[in-house]
Amino acid sequence: MLLAGPVGWLVIAYLGSLAILFLNAFWTRDPFTGLVIRQPTIDNFVEVATNPLYRTVTLRTVGMAIAVTLTCMVLAFPIAYYMARVASPRVRGLMVVAIVMPLWASYLVKAYSWRLILSEDGVLNWFLAPLGLRGPGLGEGMIGLWMVFTYLWLPYMILPIYAGLERIPSSLLEASADLGGRGFTTFRRVIFPLVVPALVAGSIFTFSLTLGDYIAPGLVTTTQFIGTLILSRFGVPDLPLAAALSLVPLAIMVVYLLIARRLGAFEAL
Amino acid sequence: MGGRPGRVALRVATAAVLLFMYFPLALIVAYAFNESGTSAWPPSGLSLRWVDAALANSGLRQAFITSLAAAIGATVIALILGTLAAMAVARHRFFGREIISFVVIFPIALPGIVTGMALSTTFATTGVPLGLFAIIVGHATFCIVLVYNNAIARLRRTAASLEEASADLGADTWQTFRHITLPGIRSAMLAGALLAFALSFDEVIVTIFLAGGVQTLPIWIFQSFRLANQVALVNVAGLVAILLSVVPVYVASRLTRDTGPTGRT
Repeated sequence: MLLAGPVGWLVIAYLGSLAILFLNAFWTRDPFTGLVIRQPTIDNFVEVATNPLYRTVTLRTVGMAIAVTLTCMVLAFPIAYYMARVASPRVRGLMVVAIVMPLWASYLVKAYSWRLILSEDGVLNWFLAPLGLRGPGLGEGMIGLWMVFTYLWLPYMILPIYAGLERIPSSLLEASADLGGRGFTTFRRVIFPLVVPALVAGSIFTFSLTLGDYIAPGLVTTTQFIGTLILSRFGVPDLPLAAALSLVPLAIMVVYLLIARRLGAFEAL
Repeated sequence: MGGRPGRVALRVATAAVLLFMYFPLALIVAYAFNESGTSAWPPSGLSLRWVDAALANSGLRQAFITSLAAAIGATVIALILGTLAAMAVARHRFFGREIISFVVIFPIALPGIVTGMALSTTFATTGVPLGLFAIIVGHATFCIVLVYNNAIARLRRTAASLEEASADLGADTWQTFRHITLPGIRSAMLAGALLAFALSFDEVIVTIFLAGGVQTLPIWIFQSFRLANQVALVNVAGLVAILLSVVPVYVASRLTRDTGPTGRT
């Protein structure tokens, strides 16, 4: 009884919508009138699977997601370790708030701030100029976008790693030290294996968010990614094709979630 | 990890990451009060020029009001449905209980562009006009999980025996909820609602697909990127957007200090 409301809502509004989107991928579009023809066909799937443009963009986006995920892990680990193992309880509490707040600050404004940073006469070039260097700028390059994504998703990686590290009993680290394990050995053989589920949990966010984003790429680079490509096909241009294309990030995420579940990431969320 | 040098390196790395996280936000504040309207660094001087211009801009004011309405509407729906689902999952055993906890995270775990396109296509198919109503419905679907997560975390830590005692003493379902359950989970519900408000207020990826011609504050900001005469106002609007999401989240984190607010996707 209690459930009828929320479940009905979710099933109808959400799962139903996904089904309708999926259904649309089987329709096609009249090349002359641009109207959607409701006759089941798998042309769109063939197009998505065989057109080299879509393959290139998919590989580029997945490559970006991997790069962003790895960078976030490297940046997140030290601060998460400091919070979980070094900081006093008071500092720890303050730092959790300090990590959570930027996570919630307007996504769009955060992405936009990087336009200010990366622009020709912006902050980054102002800092780099005395060194004779130049920032990646806002042109075709992907380094700028890599920085933006890393910035945007970093808190999503810090929080699960912090939670994972905090759960490791101190006795394990002491035992490792007693057995002669030095700092690095303890890290490699005790800490790292225990935080793998947390790393995977964080990577679910960094991966999914990178795959689904169409705004940040549009703001800082002219190169196409899955999100910008789907958007350019959505609506009048070709809804059925956009629907078929959107199954690419969806399929990648479903496979990713299944692997993540095997690795125990869901307990670390 | 490591001896003293290790500790020092760890502190430096921590400070550097915090700086990296806050620098872009500080930059928006600096530009909001910048004399010049360009992105040139350093700022040319302190001025309230763009704040005045933003206050005088009727499109911006309207967008702000629309965002408030959308966020309040979505929060109310999410609050009711999220609490009901949490109570059902925490207090009752039934078929498909495990699936519920999985389904509620769906709208937030899948890429936003997929959610946006799916909802937009469905509204078009069923004849629901795009606009404020569509935005509220869309936002509510992914805000439910925020209330749900907070409420269920609290319910799991409070014993069901109090509610059973209340029922034994002859209270009906509503009386038990009002006098026993609600006081226990009120602050968790409020925290969830604040998070839902913050998320709805600055959501843009899904909103663009649902808005039709309606402008929320983020959509106004997004469209202003391309309008040369409005781009200087973006920093002021951005500052408002940051404050209206960060302040509720700060309050929420004080309310649930023992559990901490759940991350959003």
